[in-house]
Amino acid sequence: MTISRPRVAVIGAGPAGAYTASLLRTRCDVELDILERLATPWGLLRHGVAPDHLEVKTLQDRFETETFGRGCRFMGNLDVGTDISHDELALHYTALFYATGTQQDRPLGVPGEDLANSLSAQEFVYWYNGHPAYRDLDVDLSGERAVIIGNGNVAIDVARILVKDPDELRCTDIADHALHSLRGSKVREVVILGRRGPAQAAFSNAALRELGDVRGIDVHVDPAEITLDPASERWLAEEAGFTARRNVQLLKGLAARGPEAGSHRRVVLRFLRSPFAITGRDRVESVVVRRNEIRREGDRLQAREIQGHDETVDCSLVLRAVGYLGAAIPGLPFDGDRCVLPNDHGRVVRDGAPVPGVYAVGWVKRGPTGILGTNKRDAEETVAQFVADLEAGTLPPPSMPSRDQLDELVAERKPTTITVEGWRAIDRRERARGAAHSRPRRKLSSTPDLLEAASDPN
Amino acid sequence: MTHVITDRCVMDGSCVEVCPVDCILPARDDSELEIVEQLYIDPRLCIDCGSCVSACPIDVIRADFEVADDRAYAIVLNASFFEQRTEG
Repeated sequence: MTISRPRVAVIGAGPAGAYTASLLRTRCDVELDILERLATPWGLLRHGVAPDHLEVKTLQDRFETETFGRGCRFMGNLDVGTDISHDELALHYTALFYATGTQQDRPLGVPGEDLANSLSAQEFVYWYNGHPAYRDLDVDLSGERAVIIGNGNVAIDVARILVKDPDELRCTDIADHALHSLRGSKVREVVILGRRGPAQAAFSNAALRELGDVRGIDVHVDPAEITLDPASERWLAEEAGFTARRNVQLLKGLAARGPEAGSHRRVVLRFLRSPFAITGRDRVESVVVRRNEIRREGDRLQAREIQGHDETVDCSLVLRAVGYLGAAIPGLPFDGDRCVLPNDHGRVVRDGAPVPGVYAVGWVKRGPTGILGTNKRDAEETVAQFVADLEAGTLPPPSMPSRDQLDELVAERKPTTITVEGWRAIDRRERARGAAHSRPRRKLSSTPDLLEAASDPN
Repeated sequence: MTHVITDRCVMDGSCVEVCPVDCILPARDDSELEIVEQLYIDPRLCIDCGSCVSACPIDVIRADFEVADDRAYAIVLNASFFEQRTEG
């Protein structure tokens, strides 16, 4: 009897997939492939994390060492669900780990959302981070005011990129086309609308502090809007965590700060304000903003709209940053309410019973919460289920165990599948392009350019 | 003297795993991980061994005297995290 190593695929090379692959490498003796629909690995670390967060971007070096550096194979530019199906993969692998994240942004559900220059923050972030599907996004920065809807770290990231001096972004890996557009930007004011109050803001102290420290800009906070209602005041004193309490302190500090001499751009943080409609003839011209108040309902504090205080904020760009939604994967069950793969600690379940050999990790498992490192703990949980299943003998070997058959299928379906060597050629090219300009890398942001670089042996 | 984690921390816990005196919080499996936004080093317990510095995947841990001026608030932040816990 031949004992062959189980063959395992991680689908999605973002942080959750990378941490999963890294753990599988150290904890199990498996043959390991990472499948990714884009030509490049690392998902939101490459296309989500703000380009001026240079230190965070260096996490890719650790991912590289712990996965490809330890013999994981990469199959990039291969889209599971389009190029190859779940059922086909199941014939070739003992286990499949889905780490596909979320594929779409949450809509606002207000009239005018589809006007030109009303975009999701996700699209805008992908655009400035050089995601190939968004390099041609029509971002019009010719107006003086932009409105960002949402009160999380994405809203702050997007605001910071819009107001920061482009010369400070020049030393980052921001996409060339975005840097060019930002240099010509006429945006002078960015208004961030928070549905709830300052005590309930979802951004981190770090994000708020960083925004306050951006050179050459003012951060304007109206003291009246950060005066807490009694319910929030009590909540903050009795129940709130470190982050919420410090956010309120930081906001009070910003409210007390006068305009900086010589500042040329400003960010206005508004609270208890929701978009009621986005208006304009064929492009965004204004946002109708409705006021909210905080009410205690049961043990929760809710923002509820109040009538008669509507105001119109003229603007030419609207970015909604109100969260993400996962999308269903053909051939797998889907929890449409939570927009995740239904799972029990990472084992994907159908009608309450585990689907043998199918696991979920990251945002597609738990929903879009947590930060990069959260995925490591999440991956540990999922990998532990796999190890238990492997030891219990509940994972049958694949019906097509031959590596050659798998490689033939992939080569037939997607001749342009990118290997580890291909990705390393891309990486070298991007770093070399950057080095000439004292930048960590200059990204290639079109799939043809990426494929060309991948096939360059130098 | 102590070591300090700056607020770029991605909380993957590599430092917690190597700290010989368990002075980095929240620890593994602590439910507080869900509500904090970074990991913190307790200046009263840190022995300055530097193990966390090499463990950090993004190199954001420094000895306090090496913290850049524009990140000096991180020293106060690490200390105040433990002060507010004691008060609470």
